[in-house]
Amino acid sequence: MRNNRVCLSLLASLFVFSAPLLAKESATDNYNTYCVQCHGMQGNGMGLNIRDMSVQPRDHTDFKSMSARSNEELFKVIKEGGGALSKSVLMPPWGSTFSDEEINDLVKYLRVLCKCKQGG
Amino acid sequence: MKRLLVFLLFNIGFGVSPAQAGGMNILQEQCASCHALYGPAPQTLSQFKARQGPDFFYAGNKYRKAWLVQWLQNPKRIRPAGIFYRDHIKPGEKRDEIDLSTLKPHIILDKSSAESVAEALMQLKANSELIAGAAFVPAGASLGEMSFDKFYGCLGCHQIEPGYGGLSGPEVYTAARRLTPEYMSSFIANPQAWDPKTLMPKRDLQEGNIRNLVNYMLDLSKEDWDEK
Ligand code: HEC
Ligand code: HEC
Ligand code: HEC
Repeated sequence: MRNNRVCLSLLASLFVFSAPLLAKESATDNYNTYCVQCHGMQGNGMGLNIRDMSVQPRDHTDFKSMSARSNEELFKVIKEGGGALSKSVLMPPWGSTFSDEEINDLVKYLRVLCKCKQGG
Repeated sequence: MKRLLVFLLFNIGFGVSPAQAGGMNILQEQCASCHALYGPAPQTLSQFKARQGPDFFYAGNKYRKAWLVQWLQNPKRIRPAGIFYRDHIKPGEKRDEIDLSTLKPHIILDKSSAESVAEALMQLKANSELIAGAAFVPAGASLGEMSFDKFYGCLGCHQIEPGYGGLSGPEVYTAARRLTPEYMSSFIANPQAWDPKTLMPKRDLQEGNIRNLVNYMLDLSKEDWDEK
């Protein structure tokens, strides 16, 4: 009886204290919620926040500059922020907002926006 | 209805002052449609996007009571583009712009309602474990603006004076008037612990840097922004 109670309360505390595992969201939804504030409704870098930013956000529709980035670089800059690729810290790290799977989906979404592949 | 019942039972069980009870009634009747009085915070983007106002179930750990009493009688906009900027922007010439026609003025309370609502909000204390530990001891900030802008990129989303900075987040030049330093420190350290879907990304910062950023906001809040 006693043991049962201990078990139960242990189980309960597991639920209370483990970080909630969030369901996966689509890349379109994630981009439209989190990235548009700086990269803009059109993904062209003309977001709401840019007026006083010393470095302007990347135009994600730019074929040339986006082709020059590998998928690994895009993944890294989204997860760890601009600093990780010696870019501006104004590009924030998103590793605590998204799962790796969601970041991979965002990389694919960026390839749709620029109509480009890694290397051209 | 069930909630109201639980609430009534709660009132009978424990001694609750008339002001608190009156405040809770106002919250239930006039505010709960936009402000969540019970957790948890949104766990999915669709819940996040449906939210109409800041969550209140941890209000007692977040707000300064004196500020609440004042603001409720004379509400001024805090988030230039509303609670979720996506609902309040349109494409512009040089960049996306705020669509002011979509932003509505906030409900205004009289003095005694404001006082009893503030009293009731102070009782909503979810997430206490996130601010447990040493109380914040204010000290001067060094390189505050430099940190906020150049080192950590916070300026991208927050204004540090009227008309200067990013627009998707709340203005921070009044943050320390509104919020407890313990909440600000904890939110900056781990925004997702308070609000898993928040627009604010988590940056790995050392405790000393967080203290410095909070001290910077304390300094900012001392200026008379209404005069400017
Ligand atoms: C607070 C503003 C801000 C937000 C929000 C933001 N970015 Fe950025 N981003 C920037 C800035 C500024 C740059 C340019 C950095 C530079 O060139 O040094 C940038 C650059 C980038 C780059 C290009 C890096 C390179 O290799 O040149 C990618 C890719 C990117 N952002 C993706 C994203 C994604 C995906 C999101 C949403 C999850 C996002 N950004 C959200 C500001 C932001
Ligand atoms: C129609 C939706 C709506 C209703 C109803 C509403 N609010 Fe609000 N409230 C908001 C929004 C949106 C904000 C954010 C305002 C801003 O950032 O400028 C807000 C902000 C606040 C704030 C400031 C909190 C913060 O973190 O910035 C307080 C306090 C507040 N409301 C109290 C109340 C009370 C008390 C009531 C009921 C008497 C109420 N609200 C009813 C939408 C609402
Ligand atoms: C990508 C945009 C973004 C960046 C970058 C950002 N924030 Fe935020 N921040 C937000 C948003 C959005 C909220 C508000 C959530 C809400 O409405 O309750 C917020 C809330 C806050 C709050 C609580 C303010 C309040 O009124 O509730 C503080 C303090 C804060 N941020 C400080 C910082 C600091 C310090 C940094 C840099 C380390 C930073 N922020 C970077 C978007 C951002």
